[in-house]
Amino acid sequence: MKRSPAAIALRWSGRVLVAAILLFVLLPGIVVAVTAFNDRALLAFPPQAWSLRWFWRAFSYSDFGRGFWNGLTVTLWASSIALVVGAAFAIAIHRYTFVLKSLLEGILLSPLIIPHYTIGLGVLILASQTGAGRGFPLVILTHVLLVLPFVMRSTFISLENLDGRLELAASSLGATPGRVLLTVTIPLLLPGLLSGWLFAAILSFNEFTATLFVSSQATQTLPVAMYNYVREFADPTLAALSVIYIAVTALLLSFANAFLGLEKILNVDAH
Amino acid sequence: MLMHTDRMGVSASTGAGRQGRPAVQLDGVTKRFGGAMALHEAWLKIQPSEFMTLLGPSGCGKTTLLNLVAGFLEADNGEIFIEGALVTETPAHQREIGIVFQNYALFPHMSVANNIAYGLKTRGIDKKEIARRVDDALALVKLEGFGDRKPRQLSGGQQQRVALARALVIKPKVLLLDEPFSALDKNLRGSMQVELKQIQRELGVTTIFVTHDQGEALSMSDRIAVMSAGRIRQIAAPGDVYRRPADRFVASFVGNVNVLTGCLVERRGEVATVSVGGMRLGVPAAPLAQAAIGDVVDVFIRPEHLALMSGSTPGSLRGTVTAQVFQGDHIDLYIDVAGVAREPVLLRAPGIAALSSCPVGTEVGLVVRSDDVVAFLPEASS
Repeated sequence: MKRSPAAIALRWSGRVLVAAILLFVLLPGIVVAVTAFNDRALLAFPPQAWSLRWFWRAFSYSDFGRGFWNGLTVTLWASSIALVVGAAFAIAIHRYTFVLKSLLEGILLSPLIIPHYTIGLGVLILASQTGAGRGFPLVILTHVLLVLPFVMRSTFISLENLDGRLELAASSLGATPGRVLLTVTIPLLLPGLLSGWLFAAILSFNEFTATLFVSSQATQTLPVAMYNYVREFADPTLAALSVIYIAVTALLLSFANAFLGLEKILNVDAH
Repeated sequence: MLMHTDRMGVSASTGAGRQGRPAVQLDGVTKRFGGAMALHEAWLKIQPSEFMTLLGPSGCGKTTLLNLVAGFLEADNGEIFIEGALVTETPAHQREIGIVFQNYALFPHMSVANNIAYGLKTRGIDKKEIARRVDDALALVKLEGFGDRKPRQLSGGQQQRVALARALVIKPKVLLLDEPFSALDKNLRGSMQVELKQIQRELGVTTIFVTHDQGEALSMSDRIAVMSAGRIRQIAAPGDVYRRPADRFVASFVGNVNVLTGCLVERRGEVATVSVGGMRLGVPAAPLAQAAIGDVVDVFIRPEHLALMSGSTPGSLRGTVTAQVFQGDHIDLYIDVAGVAREPVLLRAPGIAALSSCPVGTEVGLVVRSDDVVAFLPEASS
């Protein structure tokens, strides 16, 4: 069957549109990646000469290394604390009815709608009023607040999908409520808890706005270190760092996918 | 020991009339959800080793009653006893009951063997003993060698066997079955029913079985408690529920039944006589205690209790065949009986002769060939 010219035009314009959208999505990444290989100390695109020296600088610049380890420390602590606290709150809110239950849920989920700079500024003011130092506990506390809603959301979804009869069956078999929680509920919530933790960790590691307020030179995370760098230098080191960032993330995700079953951690698989 | 081979072949004692304390007893148990009455003053005694079925449509309160016995719900009023001990406020994990859910509720993250072992581990039994009893339980449900599988690797029927083994291995005081067959296909359902009944009989475990399927209830139970709208309407052996339903609801819910309009003509002792289109039939008098001679009553007649005559037979009900449905071993005939039945009367004609002898439009006579006819007052006045 021969298509009409209008149909062909429509078909091709659709393809062009999709290609344009994809290009638009990828463009910033592409520009940064190409810029990273520019030999000149300018954030210029396209580059005139090629070099790998900015990668070397990204690795040797001590603030970045320290920022990376600081960020990792903050992330591991914050997302783990948020996991325990958030899951406990989520289970309590899901299971029990009590006074001011919806208020509690609203407060715990509020960091979703309160801007990060508001939270950062608030914590900073509180810290200076109470005389608390700007050490790691402060940064970690801020991050816990920020990622708590995501852990709770993910736990809620897992709880919705949990068949209550499994817990009833366990208790009929003689398991005390605590034993039911440890042997049935938590193991079955684990994929949801892990995905909540992973999500929290990614958000925490990339968090910039609130961290800028509450961190100091000693506790600054990688995004804050990058911001401080770009205020002083305009060379492609940040672009190189971005390329490393993308590559490492892709590697980690591939690893998780291949060895841990990413679809399970992200709760895509129904089982 | 889970298997009591020495007890194999011993026929089930129905428990009815047996001496001693009941295995399960409900004294006026009531449960409301919000304002809705889910269970209204249930009184029930279940004897040791008895297979008691709770039969009724969805929302009749049968699952609520089961959950109350299991300890998953708390009664608003009344008391529950298991083996004579008051358990109304005992939490589920201390009641020693076994339960099989409709969806089996196997722990998806545990192997078959660990599912079965779960209730033994909570009891702190030593590992060797657990392994031996799990093996016995697997043998009981004919799943030897399946211990290492995960539940999702099993068919529906196999999952049900695991659920049954898991519930039985703890030697429960009562076995609760919550519509366990409804997720199985029809053929498998039949064989699982036979097998479950056999295991129940072998072990002599007191069983409460919840179903909305009257066929399952009639075929498996020692006694049936028919429920509707939160009330127990009748507790009796399957044959009695079928032949002597206590009220209109039981008569129409259990089995097919024709409802014919008649009138009460006589009452003598326990037997009353009703007239249906000139045909006089004896019925139990008790359900008609409120009726006066001459009152209109609804007469309930089973399809298999009707017989065909030629249209001119004296004393028979005259009717016209309106439809034939070939069922293989018998023919369902629908017969319009004017003035007596609002809907066509269903009659089971054995064999296939009726197919040719009673084509649609044939004038036929109907007679009742049974004493198992019951009559109740019409709906509005009952």
